[in-house]
Amino acid sequence: MTAVITTAAGIARGVRSGEYPAARVLEEYLARIAAHEDRIGAFLLVAQERARAAAEAIDARVAAGEDPGLLAGVPLAVKDALCLAGLPTTAGSKILQGWHPPYTATAVARLEEAGAVVVGKTNLDEFAMGSSNENSAYKVCRNPRGLDRVPGGSSGGSAAAVAAGFASVAIGSDTGGSIRQPASLCGVVGMKPTYGRVSRYGLIAFASSLDQIGPLAGTVEDAALVYQSMAGADPMDATSIPGDLPDVLSGVKEGREAGIAGMRVALVTELCEMEGTDPTVARVFEETVKKLEKSGAVLVEVSVPSLVHALSAYYLIAPAECSSNLARFDGVRFGLREAGDDVEAMNRATREAGFGPEVKRRIMLGTYALSSGYIDAYYGKAQRIRTLVIRDLEAAFTQADVLLSPTSPTVAFPLGARTDDPMSMYISDICTIPANLAGIPALSLPCGTDDAGLPVGLQVMAPVLSESLLFRVACAAETLIGALPPVLL
Amino acid sequence: MSAVASDPCVDYEAVIGLEVHAELKTKTKMFCGCRNEFGAKPNTNVCPVCLGLPGALPVTNRKAIELAVRFGAAVDAKIGRAVFHRKNYFYPDMPKDFQITQYDEPINAGGKVEILDAGALHTIHLTRAHLEEDTGKSQHQGVSGRIHDATSTLIDYNRAGVPLLEIVSEPDIRTPDQAKQYVNELRAVLGFLDISDVKMEEGSMRVDANVSVRPVGAEAFGVKVEVKNMNSVRSLVRALTYEIERQTVVYREGGRIVQETRHWEEEDGRTHSMRSKEEAADYRYFPEPDLVPITLDQAWIEAISAEVPGVFPSRRAVQLAEQYGFDLDRVASVVYTPGLCDWVEAEIAIGADPLRSLNWASQEVMAHLNETGGEVAGLALSKGVFADLSSLIDDGTLSKKLAREVLTEVLVSGKSPRTVVSEKGLAQISDESELERIVAEVIGANPETIEKIRAGNKKVVGFLVGQVMKATKGAANPEAVHRLIDSRL
Repeated sequence: MTAVITTAAGIARGVRSGEYPAARVLEEYLARIAAHEDRIGAFLLVAQERARAAAEAIDARVAAGEDPGLLAGVPLAVKDALCLAGLPTTAGSKILQGWHPPYTATAVARLEEAGAVVVGKTNLDEFAMGSSNENSAYKVCRNPRGLDRVPGGSSGGSAAAVAAGFASVAIGSDTGGSIRQPASLCGVVGMKPTYGRVSRYGLIAFASSLDQIGPLAGTVEDAALVYQSMAGADPMDATSIPGDLPDVLSGVKEGREAGIAGMRVALVTELCEMEGTDPTVARVFEETVKKLEKSGAVLVEVSVPSLVHALSAYYLIAPAECSSNLARFDGVRFGLREAGDDVEAMNRATREAGFGPEVKRRIMLGTYALSSGYIDAYYGKAQRIRTLVIRDLEAAFTQADVLLSPTSPTVAFPLGARTDDPMSMYISDICTIPANLAGIPALSLPCGTDDAGLPVGLQVMAPVLSESLLFRVACAAETLIGALPPVLL
Repeated sequence: MSAVASDPCVDYEAVIGLEVHAELKTKTKMFCGCRNEFGAKPNTNVCPVCLGLPGALPVTNRKAIELAVRFGAAVDAKIGRAVFHRKNYFYPDMPKDFQITQYDEPINAGGKVEILDAGALHTIHLTRAHLEEDTGKSQHQGVSGRIHDATSTLIDYNRAGVPLLEIVSEPDIRTPDQAKQYVNELRAVLGFLDISDVKMEEGSMRVDANVSVRPVGAEAFGVKVEVKNMNSVRSLVRALTYEIERQTVVYREGGRIVQETRHWEEEDGRTHSMRSKEEAADYRYFPEPDLVPITLDQAWIEAISAEVPGVFPSRRAVQLAEQYGFDLDRVASVVYTPGLCDWVEAEIAIGADPLRSLNWASQEVMAHLNETGGEVAGLALSKGVFADLSSLIDDGTLSKKLAREVLTEVLVSGKSPRTVVSEKGLAQISDESELERIVAEVIGANPETIEKIRAGNKKVVGFLVGQVMKATKGAANPEAVHRLIDSRL
């Protein structure tokens, strides 16, 4: 089946004008899911009936002369780390199997208010810990652009769902690259907003100071639409940024119309000349940069020396926070409970049975990094490196408007290729982690493919709160390069 | 490290520091909008945040900060920022398996509390007073209601997330009586300033003690023991007395004290070992990433500080004793009762006799409050009760004894003293002609007594006076009666 319309912007326009009923749009997507999902594994749950009711409600509002909003009738896939009342939420873990949250995450609620239709909850690495989706406790997720390949992670299901045309747009969470890296590997657009721009209320926490919810979409404009609909201050999240949300859609328009001419774009030495970067990725990235330069971008090179330590700092801070965030999964009130002779034995048995090996590894790393006698040498030093990264990136942004790098040093790797070596898996995030440490917005968009058709992602990083600029540059680049349409399986 | 020699002739002194937890009197909990109330049906004041559900986030209660600042201003502490840390440990009634508390940067640092000790003011310094959240409450189901023979445990999360102020004293306390005075002083201050309900029996105020002993004159501290589970000031005094004696005996017999936590058992009047230092948890404190540090507005702090003028009962007692020549013990009984001292001073200011007012307050009013279980604020009294009573005595309308009866009636009925006097016909008979008539009647009715008096037995005059008082229902002025009888005989 061929899509009548593929972009969220197009769907919303059609639905708002009454041209395409939301119900018909939804059925096209549900049909594709029905036909191909068993080969992909993008979803942990497809919420057909709920989605149909939502689409009908949208159509009824249109018929009544109301405007359902920016995302009217747009099929949306939600990473299963986000709570949605009425549907089970697992975070990809056995320890939460069968848990029904009694409340809905702010971001999801806002997207539904804007007219989005949730088609299902997507597959992910357990508690968002992983870069290949292979840590899902439930099932394998395959890359729609190469079925023997990983989709990336941890938001692998969301990226795969968009790439396969199972949803027009998706949301994921990005702690160290968990939106951008799978977006890169699946050939879609993925964006991590400034820390605090999107409320984390209702996102099952991995590492609170790094987690940020963001969009995955087929085009930069669609990502901007989703971002615009869910971002903004939330009284339920003390780390959310107060004040009005600037309009980023004008940035998209500017990028499309005015292009990239005059923009100072910087190549980050430490990320672009990294050992272990796939030669194809390096080549596609260089060609992209040349295209941008040809269109009038001013190319500069900047060095951000502290980035050498960013990965190490990240793998201390994130596990430290996760060791505390995941303590609540103790079998007392929700999710799995294994029997034990006393409370402590019950806690132990539950956590032993409920958590997968990568989650246990990170809880142990984090517990160690925070323990008395070691906290200053590990967690404390990591925080000092984080401060350096923030400072160095601020300095870099005095020399350039945006920073560029490949999103991932490699294209999608074969399933199972890195599962036995955690370090090789961790290195997948080396280019994406700095934006999380610094809290800056960053976006990945497809900029080409290797000979086998596997996508390469271009990462654009912008200063704190400069989403509009980020979307402008990304949209300009996309206009030059061309968007990668969903795979027609 | 033991500073204590095992010489049986050495005198020992105790070194005590107290940790007082006071539940703050806020409408809602520390980090969510649930009601903060005692005695509600179990698990009715709960939400995703205070239940620690996955994805829920804390948001700091402004009122809790305000109350903490109010306390800090009252005790002259250095008021800082509201910065929170996580204290990580597993406990079934702690929903997140970590407690949000303050660590190296308490909102109130230092400060002091003055207590009455042997008729003089004595200063107890504070280390800190910081904000944190309370845990839920476990109810062990079984024969004894204690954990060792429980068949199951129910948890009530109504208390989970209730704001607490933990007030830590320096080891400035030397005797159980000083500890009692200190707790009474804190309780009064927290109550007067409407910071806490300070009901130890309801758990809204809880006290733990750190106790060590050392030879009198020694500089170094002995090994300290933490004593928990004292549910009243009385059990605090008992527990301290027991523990000091226990440690002294151990040292006298050449033994060693181990650093440990001990549990006070009300039933057997002893402390029992709970856990030693070696078993103590590593709490892995680290900054709470879900909350941002809150810097307090200096003008706001000053406005709050301006509302807490000298509230210390101890200091007030000493001042009043000096100003009016009151007995310190009697003033002390008044100053610790909320509102009572304010009342006395207000009455003195409008002309009430100071000493009589103090006596009325410490006797009739206290007796009334004890009987009814009421509070001064709950008494429906018009202004000027003591002043009216004073002038009724001064103009001879009431004897001191009658005045006390009138006051008792005033307290019960809420009527003014003059109303009670006229309704009950209690006015003292000062009209000499009326009194002369009654005296004449009594003399006429008791010829044998008159004979005895004339025969020289002056003692029986008292009988005649008594008869007159009886005939006037106590309303006669006894001195006047004496004088009239004398003049007749």
